[in-house]
Amino acid sequence: MGLVVEARGLHKHFGALHVLKGVDLLLAERELVFVIGPSGSGKSTLLRCLNRLEEPSSGSVVVDGVDLLHPRTNINHARQRIGMVFQSFNLYPHMTALGNVTLALRKVAGKSRAEADEAGRAALARVGLADRAGHKPGELSGGQQQRVAIARAIALEPRVMLFDEPTSALDPELVGSVLGVMRDLRESGMAMVVVSHEMGFARNAADRVLFMDHGVVVEEGPPRAIFEAPTHERTRAFIGQIQKH
Amino acid sequence: MSNWERFLDTFFNTKVMAKYAPDIAYGMLITVELAALVIVSGLLAGLALALVRSLGFRVLNLPIVFAVDLFRALPPLVIIVFIYFGLPAVDLSPSAFVSTWLSLMFVLMAFSEEIFWAGITSIPKGQWEAARSTGLSFGQTLVNVVLPQALRLTIPPLTNRTIAITKGTALGSVVALNEILGMASSAVSNSYNPSPLTLGAAAYLVLFLPMVIVGRWLETRMRWKR
Repeated sequence: MGLVVEARGLHKHFGALHVLKGVDLLLAERELVFVIGPSGSGKSTLLRCLNRLEEPSSGSVVVDGVDLLHPRTNINHARQRIGMVFQSFNLYPHMTALGNVTLALRKVAGKSRAEADEAGRAALARVGLADRAGHKPGELSGGQQQRVAIARAIALEPRVMLFDEPTSALDPELVGSVLGVMRDLRESGMAMVVVSHEMGFARNAADRVLFMDHGVVVEEGPPRAIFEAPTHERTRAFIGQIQKH
Repeated sequence: MSNWERFLDTFFNTKVMAKYAPDIAYGMLITVELAALVIVSGLLAGLALALVRSLGFRVLNLPIVFAVDLFRALPPLVIIVFIYFGLPAVDLSPSAFVSTWLSLMFVLMAFSEEIFWAGITSIPKGQWEAARSTGLSFGQTLVNVVLPQALRLTIPPLTNRTIAITKGTALGSVVALNEILGMASSAVSNSYNPSPLTLGAAAYLVLFLPMVIVGRWLETRMRWKR
Protein backbone atom coordinates (compact mmCIF):
# COMPACT_ATOMS: atom_id res chain seq x y z
CA MET A 1 0.00 0.00 0.00
CA GLY A 2 1.42 3.40 -0.99
CA LEU A 3 2.29 6.11 1.45
CA VAL A 4 0.37 9.36 1.13
CA VAL A 5 2.50 11.26 3.62
CA GLU A 6 6.12 10.48 4.28
CA ALA A 7 7.70 12.89 6.75
CA ARG A 8 11.07 11.93 8.14
CA GLY A 9 13.45 13.46 10.64
CA LEU A 10 11.50 16.68 11.06
CA HIS A 11 13.11 19.35 13.20
CA LYS A 12 11.67 22.76 13.86
CA HIS A 13 13.28 25.59 15.78
CA PHE A 14 11.49 28.79 16.77
CA GLY A 15 14.48 30.87 17.76
CA ALA A 16 15.91 29.15 20.82
CA LEU A 17 12.89 26.84 21.12
CA HIS A 18 13.39 23.38 19.69
CA VAL A 19 9.78 22.39 18.99
CA LEU A 20 10.22 19.27 16.85
CA LYS A 21 13.16 17.01 17.59
CA GLY A 22 13.33 14.51 14.79
CA VAL A 23 9.75 13.39 14.18
CA ASP A 24 8.72 10.79 11.60
CA LEU A 25 5.17 10.48 10.37
CA LEU A 26 4.18 7.95 7.74
CA LEU A 27 0.59 7.80 6.58
CA ALA A 28 -0.74 5.08 4.32
CA GLU A 29 -3.66 5.47 1.96
CA ARG A 30 -7.03 5.29 3.71
CA GLU A 31 -5.28 5.54 7.06
CA LEU A 32 -6.36 7.79 9.93
CA VAL A 33 -3.60 8.79 12.31
CA PHE A 34 -4.48 10.58 15.50
CA VAL A 35 -1.90 12.81 17.20
CA ILE A 36 -2.35 13.47 20.91
CA GLY A 37 -0.20 15.12 23.50
CA PRO A 38 -0.08 17.97 25.99
CA SER A 39 -0.14 21.55 24.70
CA GLY A 40 3.27 22.67 23.56
CA SER A 41 4.26 19.12 22.63
CA GLY A 42 4.70 20.11 18.97
CA LYS A 43 1.69 18.31 17.51
CA SER A 44 0.24 21.36 15.73
CA THR A 45 3.67 22.34 14.44
CA LEU A 46 4.11 18.81 13.06
CA LEU A 47 0.78 19.09 11.26
CA ARG A 48 1.65 22.52 9.85
CA CYS A 49 4.96 21.19 8.53
CA LEU A 50 3.04 18.67 6.44
CA ASN A 51 1.74 21.41 4.11
CA ARG A 52 4.62 23.78 4.75
CA LEU A 53 2.56 26.41 6.52
CA GLU A 54 5.49 25.98 8.86
CA GLU A 55 8.89 25.61 7.27
CA PRO A 56 10.72 22.63 8.84
CA SER A 57 14.24 23.49 9.95
CA SER A 58 15.39 20.13 8.62
CA GLY A 59 13.98 16.79 7.52
CA SER A 60 11.90 15.76 4.54
CA VAL A 61 8.21 15.87 3.70
CA VAL A 62 6.86 13.93 0.74
CA VAL A 63 3.12 14.08 0.09
CA ASP A 64 1.55 12.05 -2.70
CA GLY A 65 4.99 11.51 -4.17
CA VAL A 66 5.86 15.23 -4.23
CA ASP A 67 8.84 16.44 -2.23
CA LEU A 68 7.41 19.56 -0.55
CA LEU A 69 10.79 20.92 0.46
CA HIS A 70 12.39 20.66 -2.96
CA PRO A 71 13.19 24.16 -4.26
CA ARG A 72 11.54 23.45 -7.61
CA THR A 73 8.30 22.17 -6.12
CA ASN A 74 5.35 24.47 -6.76
CA ILE A 75 3.98 24.58 -3.24
CA ASN A 76 0.66 26.13 -4.32
CA HIS A 77 0.13 23.20 -6.65
CA ALA A 78 1.07 20.67 -4.01
CA ARG A 79 -1.23 22.23 -1.41
CA GLN A 80 -4.31 21.46 -3.49
CA ARG A 81 -3.64 17.82 -2.64
CA ILE A 82 -3.43 18.56 1.11
CA GLY A 83 -6.62 19.78 2.74
CA MET A 84 -6.37 21.56 6.07
CA VAL A 85 -8.97 22.38 8.70
CA PHE A 86 -8.17 24.83 11.48
CA GLN A 87 -9.29 25.19 15.06
CA SER A 88 -10.77 28.64 14.42
CA PHE A 89 -12.43 27.72 11.07
CA ASN A 90 -10.84 30.70 9.29
CA LEU A 91 -13.69 31.14 6.85
CA TYR A 92 -13.60 34.28 4.73
CA PRO A 93 -16.22 36.48 6.41
CA HIS A 94 -16.94 38.58 3.30
CA MET A 95 -17.96 35.57 1.20
CA THR A 96 -20.90 33.18 1.31
CA ALA A 97 -20.39 29.54 2.22
CA LEU A 98 -20.35 28.71 -1.48
CA GLY A 99 -17.92 31.55 -2.16
CA ASN A 100 -15.58 30.17 0.52
CA VAL A 101 -15.69 26.72 -1.05
CA THR A 102 -15.30 27.83 -4.67
CA LEU A 103 -12.54 30.44 -4.37
CA ALA A 104 -9.64 27.98 -4.70
CA LEU A 105 -11.57 25.89 -7.21
CA ARG A 106 -11.65 28.90 -9.51
CA LYS A 107 -8.30 30.49 -8.74
CA VAL A 108 -6.13 27.43 -8.18
CA ALA A 109 -7.87 24.49 -9.85
CA GLY A 110 -8.79 26.74 -12.78
CA LYS A 111 -12.45 25.77 -12.96
CA SER A 112 -15.00 28.06 -14.58
CA ARG A 113 -17.51 29.69 -12.26
CA ALA A 114 -20.22 27.21 -13.28
CA GLU A 115 -17.97 24.18 -12.75
CA ALA A 116 -16.73 25.55 -9.46
CA ASP A 117 -20.27 26.23 -8.25
CA GLU A 118 -21.29 22.70 -9.11
CA ALA A 119 -18.30 21.16 -7.31
CA GLY A 120 -18.77 23.58 -4.42
CA ARG A 121 -22.43 22.68 -3.97
CA ALA A 122 -21.53 19.00 -4.07
CA ALA A 123 -18.93 19.55 -1.34
CA LEU A 124 -21.42 21.49 0.80
CA ALA A 125 -23.93 18.67 0.31
CA ARG A 126 -21.35 16.17 1.56
CA VAL A 127 -21.06 18.07 4.85
CA GLY A 128 -24.86 18.40 5.05
CA LEU A 129 -25.02 22.12 4.30
CA ALA A 130 -26.48 22.21 0.80
CA ASP A 131 -29.16 24.59 2.06
CA ARG A 132 -26.64 27.06 3.52
CA ALA A 133 -24.72 27.83 0.32
CA GLY A 134 -25.85 31.45 0.26
CA HIS A 135 -25.17 32.20 3.93
CA LYS A 136 -22.25 34.25 5.19
CA PRO A 137 -20.09 32.69 7.93
CA GLY A 138 -21.51 35.16 10.46
CA GLU A 139 -24.96 33.67 9.91
CA LEU A 140 -23.83 30.10 10.63
CA SER A 141 -23.20 28.27 13.91
CA GLY A 142 -19.67 27.24 14.84
CA GLY A 143 -20.34 23.66 13.86
CA GLN A 144 -21.73 24.74 10.50
CA GLN A 145 -18.76 27.04 9.93
CA GLN A 146 -16.34 24.21 10.59
CA ARG A 147 -18.24 21.98 8.19
CA VAL A 148 -18.01 24.69 5.52
CA ALA A 149 -14.28 24.78 6.21
CA ILE A 150 -14.13 21.02 5.67
CA ALA A 151 -16.12 21.41 2.44
CA ARG A 152 -13.67 24.10 1.31
CA ALA A 153 -10.82 21.63 1.73
CA ILE A 154 -12.46 18.49 0.28
CA ALA A 155 -13.82 20.34 -2.75
CA LEU A 156 -10.25 20.39 -4.08
CA GLU A 157 -10.23 16.56 -3.89
CA PRO A 158 -7.16 16.30 -1.70
CA ARG A 159 -5.21 13.08 -1.14
CA VAL A 160 -4.92 13.77 2.57
CA MET A 161 -6.75 15.91 5.12
CA LEU A 162 -5.05 17.58 8.06
CA PHE A 163 -7.22 18.50 11.05
CA ASP A 164 -5.77 20.90 13.62
CA GLU A 165 -7.98 20.62 16.71
CA PRO A 166 -11.13 20.94 14.59
CA THR A 167 -13.59 20.77 17.49
CA SER A 168 -11.70 22.68 20.22
CA ALA A 169 -13.42 25.99 19.53
CA LEU A 170 -16.93 24.49 19.41
CA ASP A 171 -19.67 24.40 21.99
CA PRO A 172 -20.05 20.79 23.18
CA GLU A 173 -23.42 20.28 21.49
CA LEU A 174 -21.93 21.21 18.09
CA VAL A 175 -18.96 18.84 18.26
CA GLY A 176 -20.98 15.82 17.15
CA SER A 177 -21.92 17.25 13.76
CA VAL A 178 -18.29 17.94 12.88
CA LEU A 179 -17.12 14.53 14.08
CA GLY A 180 -19.93 12.98 12.04
CA VAL A 181 -18.61 14.62 8.88
CA MET A 182 -15.09 13.47 9.73
CA ARG A 183 -16.37 9.92 10.21
CA ASP A 184 -18.08 10.00 6.78
CA LEU A 185 -14.87 11.27 5.27
CA ARG A 186 -12.95 8.45 6.88
CA GLU A 187 -15.42 5.90 5.57
CA SER A 188 -14.98 7.26 2.07
CA GLY A 189 -11.32 6.29 2.39
CA MET A 190 -9.72 9.71 2.89
CA ALA A 191 -6.28 9.58 4.48
CA MET A 192 -6.32 11.84 7.54
CA VAL A 193 -4.03 13.22 10.22
CA VAL A 194 -6.01 14.52 13.17
CA VAL A 195 -4.66 16.57 16.06
CA SER A 196 -7.42 16.59 18.64
CA HIS A 197 -8.48 15.94 22.19
CA GLU A 198 -11.57 13.94 21.16
CA MET A 199 -10.42 10.68 22.67
CA GLY A 200 -13.72 8.91 22.06
CA PHE A 201 -13.39 9.66 18.36
CA ALA A 202 -9.78 8.47 18.43
CA ARG A 203 -10.80 5.16 19.98
CA ASN A 204 -13.48 4.51 17.38
CA ALA A 205 -12.02 5.90 14.22
CA ALA A 206 -8.22 5.98 14.41
CA ASP A 207 -6.01 3.30 12.91
CA ARG A 208 -3.04 4.55 14.83
CA VAL A 209 -2.43 6.99 17.67
CA LEU A 210 0.77 9.00 18.12
CA PHE A 211 1.53 10.38 21.54
CA MET A 212 3.85 13.38 21.40
CA ASP A 213 5.60 15.17 24.20
CA HIS A 214 8.42 17.76 24.16
CA GLY A 215 8.85 17.54 20.39
CA VAL A 216 9.21 13.78 20.02
CA VAL A 217 6.84 10.89 19.36
CA VAL A 218 6.98 9.08 22.67
CA GLU A 219 4.79 6.18 21.70
CA GLU A 220 2.58 5.06 18.86
CA GLY A 221 0.24 2.17 18.18
CA PRO A 222 -3.37 1.16 17.72
CA PRO A 223 -5.78 3.19 19.89
CA ARG A 224 -6.58 0.25 22.13
CA ALA A 225 -2.91 -0.25 22.98
CA ILE A 226 -2.23 3.44 23.60
CA PHE A 227 -5.31 4.09 25.69
CA GLU A 228 -5.47 0.86 27.65
CA ALA A 229 -1.91 -0.34 27.88
CA PRO A 230 0.49 2.57 27.39
CA THR A 231 4.07 1.46 27.86
CA HIS A 232 5.66 4.82 28.66
CA GLU A 233 5.27 6.62 31.93
CA ARG A 234 4.57 9.97 30.19
CA THR A 235 1.85 8.42 28.03
CA ARG A 236 0.28 6.82 31.08
CA ALA A 237 0.30 10.12 32.93
CA PHE A 238 -1.28 11.99 30.00
CA ILE A 239 -3.97 9.36 29.37
CA GLY A 240 -4.69 9.31 33.10
CA GLN A 241 -5.04 13.11 33.14
CA ILE A 242 -7.50 13.33 30.28
CA GLN A 243 -9.56 10.37 31.42
CA LYS A 244 -10.19 12.00 34.78
CA HIS A 245 -12.39 14.57 33.03
CA MET B 1 -28.36 101.35 10.35
CA SER B 2 -28.99 98.84 13.09
CA ASN B 3 -26.36 96.31 14.16
CA TRP B 4 -28.30 93.55 12.47
CA GLU B 5 -28.46 95.47 9.20
CA ARG B 6 -24.75 96.22 9.45
CA PHE B 7 -24.08 92.49 9.94
CA LEU B 8 -26.15 91.56 6.92
CA ASP B 9 -24.52 94.27 4.83
CA THR B 10 -21.06 93.01 5.81
CA PHE B 11 -21.46 89.27 5.38
CA PHE B 12 -24.56 88.82 3.25
CA ASN B 13 -24.39 91.72 0.85
CA THR B 14 -26.44 90.36 -2.06
CA LYS B 15 -25.18 92.94 -4.55
CA VAL B 16 -21.54 92.03 -3.89
CA MET B 17 -22.39 88.36 -3.87
CA ALA B 18 -24.16 88.51 -7.20
CA LYS B 19 -21.25 90.37 -8.73
CA TYR B 20 -18.62 87.90 -7.63
CA ALA B 21 -20.66 84.69 -7.86
CA PRO B 22 -19.18 83.78 -11.29
CA ASP B 23 -15.67 84.13 -9.84
CA ILE B 24 -16.53 81.84 -6.95
CA ALA B 25 -18.11 79.38 -9.38
CA TYR B 26 -14.89 79.36 -11.38
CA GLY B 27 -12.98 78.76 -8.14
CA MET B 28 -15.28 75.85 -7.40
CA LEU B 29 -14.38 74.30 -10.72
CA ILE B 30 -10.67 74.55 -9.93
CA THR B 31 -11.25 73.16 -6.45
CA VAL B 32 -13.23 70.21 -7.81
CA GLU B 33 -10.58 69.39 -10.40
CA LEU B 34 -7.82 69.65 -7.85
CA ALA B 35 -9.71 67.65 -5.23
CA ALA B 36 -10.52 64.86 -7.67
CA LEU B 37 -6.90 64.62 -8.77
CA VAL B 38 -5.64 64.64 -5.19
CA ILE B 39 -8.09 61.95 -4.05
CA VAL B 40 -7.55 59.57 -6.96
CA SER B 41 -3.77 59.91 -7.16
CA GLY B 42 -3.22 60.11 -3.40
CA LEU B 43 -5.30 57.03 -2.56
CA LEU B 44 -3.85 54.99 -5.45
CA ALA B 45 -0.31 55.91 -4.47
CA GLY B 46 -1.05 55.10 -0.81
CA LEU B 47 -2.56 51.73 -1.69
CA ALA B 48 0.36 50.93 -3.99
CA LEU B 49 2.87 51.70 -1.23
CA ALA B 50 0.91 49.59 1.28
CA LEU B 51 0.87 46.66 -1.15
CA VAL B 52 4.59 46.95 -1.78
CA ARG B 53 5.12 47.11 1.98
CA SER B 54 3.07 43.93 2.49
CA LEU B 55 5.64 42.01 0.40
CA GLY B 56 7.91 42.41 3.41
CA PHE B 57 11.20 43.42 1.76
CA ARG B 58 13.25 45.46 4.19
CA VAL B 59 15.05 47.38 1.43
CA LEU B 60 11.69 48.62 0.14
CA ASN B 61 10.04 49.12 3.49
CA LEU B 62 12.61 51.48 4.97
CA PRO B 63 12.25 54.17 2.26
CA ILE B 64 8.46 53.76 2.32
CA VAL B 65 8.25 54.24 6.07
CA PHE B 66 10.66 57.19 5.85
CA ALA B 67 8.67 58.93 3.11
CA VAL B 68 5.38 58.25 4.87
CA ASP B 69 6.64 59.64 8.16
CA LEU B 70 8.11 62.68 6.42
CA PHE B 71 4.88 63.64 4.67
CA ARG B 72 2.83 62.99 7.77
CA ALA B 73 5.07 65.25 9.81
CA LEU B 74 5.35 68.22 7.41
CA PRO B 75 2.48 70.73 7.29
CA PRO B 76 0.98 70.63 3.77
CA LEU B 77 1.50 74.38 3.42
CA VAL B 78 5.24 73.95 3.91
CA ILE B 79 5.31 71.33 1.16
CA ILE B 80 3.35 73.59 -1.21
CA VAL B 81 5.68 76.51 -0.59
CA PHE B 82 8.71 74.27 -0.97
CA ILE B 83 7.54 72.89 -4.30
CA TYR B 84 6.27 76.18 -5.71
CA PHE B 85 9.13 78.44 -4.59
CA GLY B 86 11.87 75.84 -4.14
CA LEU B 87 11.77 73.73 -7.29
CA PRO B 88 12.42 76.66 -9.68
CA ALA B 89 15.93 76.66 -8.18
CA VAL B 90 16.51 73.36 -9.96
CA ASP B 91 14.87 74.63 -13.17
CA LEU B 92 11.50 73.09 -12.50
CA SER B 93 8.65 75.55 -12.35
CA PRO B 94 5.46 73.75 -11.47
CA SER B 95 2.34 75.89 -11.68
CA ALA B 96 0.37 76.78 -8.57
CA PHE B 97 -2.12 74.07 -9.52
CA VAL B 98 0.52 71.37 -9.94
CA SER B 99 2.35 72.43 -6.76
CA THR B 100 -0.80 72.21 -4.68
CA TRP B 101 -1.83 68.94 -6.30
CA LEU B 102 1.56 67.28 -5.72
CA SER B 103 1.78 68.43 -2.11
CA LEU B 104 -1.67 67.22 -1.15
CA MET B 105 -1.19 64.02 -3.13
CA PHE B 106 1.96 63.22 -1.14
CA VAL B 107 0.24 63.96 2.15
CA LEU B 108 -2.82 61.86 1.30
CA MET B 109 -0.52 59.11 0.01
CA ALA B 110 1.34 59.08 3.31
CA PHE B 111 -1.72 59.02 5.53
CA SER B 112 -3.66 56.56 3.38
CA GLU B 113 -0.65 54.23 3.16
CA GLU B 114 -0.65 54.03 6.95
CA ILE B 115 -4.39 53.35 7.02
CA PHE B 116 -4.27 50.73 4.24
CA TRP B 117 -1.29 49.11 5.94
CA ALA B 118 -3.09 49.02 9.26
CA GLY B 119 -6.10 47.45 7.51
CA ILE B 120 -3.96 44.77 5.85
CA THR B 121 -2.13 43.87 9.06
CA SER B 122 -5.36 43.74 11.06
CA ILE B 123 -6.62 40.76 9.04
CA PRO B 124 -6.01 37.68 11.21
CA LYS B 125 -3.15 35.39 10.24
CA GLY B 126 -5.65 32.53 10.00
CA GLN B 127 -7.17 34.12 6.88
CA TRP B 128 -3.80 34.01 5.15
CA GLU B 129 -3.18 30.46 6.32
CA ALA B 130 -6.58 29.16 5.25
CA ALA B 131 -6.20 30.67 1.80
CA ARG B 132 -2.60 29.58 1.34
CA SER B 133 -3.47 26.05 2.52
CA THR B 134 -5.88 25.71 -0.42
CA GLY B 135 -3.09 26.60 -2.82
CA LEU B 136 -3.77 30.30 -3.34
CA SER B 137 -0.59 32.28 -3.95
CA PHE B 138 0.46 35.28 -1.86
CA GLY B 139 -0.92 37.65 -4.48
CA GLN B 140 -4.20 35.77 -4.92
CA THR B 141 -4.69 35.70 -1.16
CA LEU B 142 -3.97 39.41 -0.90
CA VAL B 143 -6.38 40.33 -3.70
CA ASN B 144 -9.23 37.90 -3.01
CA VAL B 145 -9.18 37.40 0.74
CA VAL B 146 -7.22 40.08 2.58
CA LEU B 147 -7.82 43.30 0.63
CA PRO B 148 -11.62 43.01 0.41
CA GLN B 149 -11.75 42.74 4.19
CA ALA B 150 -9.01 45.30 4.83
CA LEU B 151 -10.57 47.91 2.55
CA ARG B 152 -13.88 47.73 4.42
CA LEU B 153 -12.09 48.35 7.69
CA THR B 154 -10.24 51.31 6.25
CA ILE B 155 -13.25 53.15 4.89
CA PRO B 156 -14.20 55.17 8.00
CA PRO B 157 -10.69 56.46 8.83
CA LEU B 158 -9.90 56.87 5.15
CA THR B 159 -12.98 59.01 4.48
CA ASN B 160 -12.13 61.29 7.37
CA ARG B 161 -8.51 61.70 6.28
CA THR B 162 -9.44 62.21 2.67
CA ILE B 163 -11.90 64.96 3.52
CA ALA B 164 -9.45 66.66 5.88
CA ILE B 165 -6.64 66.63 3.33
CA THR B 166 -8.81 67.54 0.35
CA LYS B 167 -10.01 70.66 2.16
CA GLY B 168 -6.34 71.64 2.05
CA THR B 169 -6.95 72.71 -1.55
CA ALA B 170 -7.68 76.08 0.10
CA LEU B 171 -3.96 76.29 0.88
CA GLY B 172 -3.39 76.78 -2.84
CA SER B 173 -4.53 80.39 -2.35
CA VAL B 174 -1.13 81.07 -0.78
CA VAL B 175 0.57 80.43 -4.12
CA ALA B 176 -2.13 82.41 -5.96
CA LEU B 177 -4.14 79.42 -7.12
CA ASN B 178 -7.59 80.50 -8.30
CA GLU B 179 -9.52 78.02 -6.22
CA ILE B 180 -12.51 78.96 -4.07
CA LEU B 181 -10.65 80.69 -1.25
CA GLY B 182 -8.25 82.45 -3.64
CA MET B 183 -11.12 83.83 -5.68
CA ALA B 184 -13.06 84.82 -2.57
CA SER B 185 -10.05 86.63 -1.07
CA SER B 186 -9.39 88.69 -4.15
CA ALA B 187 -13.10 89.48 -4.38
CA VAL B 188 -12.98 90.70 -0.78
CA SER B 189 -10.02 92.99 -1.59
CA ASN B 190 -11.71 94.36 -4.67
CA SER B 191 -15.11 94.97 -3.11
CA TYR B 192 -14.01 96.05 0.39
CA ASN B 193 -16.71 93.68 1.63
CA PRO B 194 -16.31 90.16 3.16
CA SER B 195 -19.53 88.77 1.64
CA PRO B 196 -17.63 86.78 -1.05
CA LEU B 197 -16.09 84.80 1.84
CA THR B 198 -19.59 83.77 2.92
CA LEU B 199 -20.20 82.67 -0.63
CA GLY B 200 -16.92 80.75 -0.57
CA ALA B 201 -17.91 79.02 2.65
CA ALA B 202 -21.20 78.02 1.04
CA ALA B 203 -19.26 76.68 -1.95
CA TYR B 204 -17.12 74.52 0.34
CA LEU B 205 -20.24 73.19 2.04
CA VAL B 206 -21.78 72.33 -1.32
CA LEU B 207 -18.64 70.39 -2.26
CA PHE B 208 -17.70 68.69 0.97
CA LEU B 209 -20.98 68.01 2.73
CA PRO B 210 -21.92 65.39 0.10
CA MET B 211 -18.50 63.78 0.62
CA VAL B 212 -19.17 63.50 4.34
CA ILE B 213 -22.58 62.00 3.67
CA VAL B 214 -21.29 59.53 1.09
CA GLY B 215 -18.59 58.51 3.57
CA ARG B 216 -21.18 57.82 6.22
CA TRP B 217 -23.27 55.82 3.76
CA LEU B 218 -20.27 53.73 2.66
CA GLU B 219 -19.47 53.07 6.29
CA THR B 220 -22.86 51.54 7.05
CA ARG B 221 -23.15 49.74 3.73
CA MET B 222 -19.77 48.04 4.01
CA ARG B 223 -20.45 46.51 7.39
CA TRP B 224 -20.96 42.76 7.52
CA LYS B 225 -21.60 40.19 10.17
CA ARG B 226 -18.69 38.18 11.43
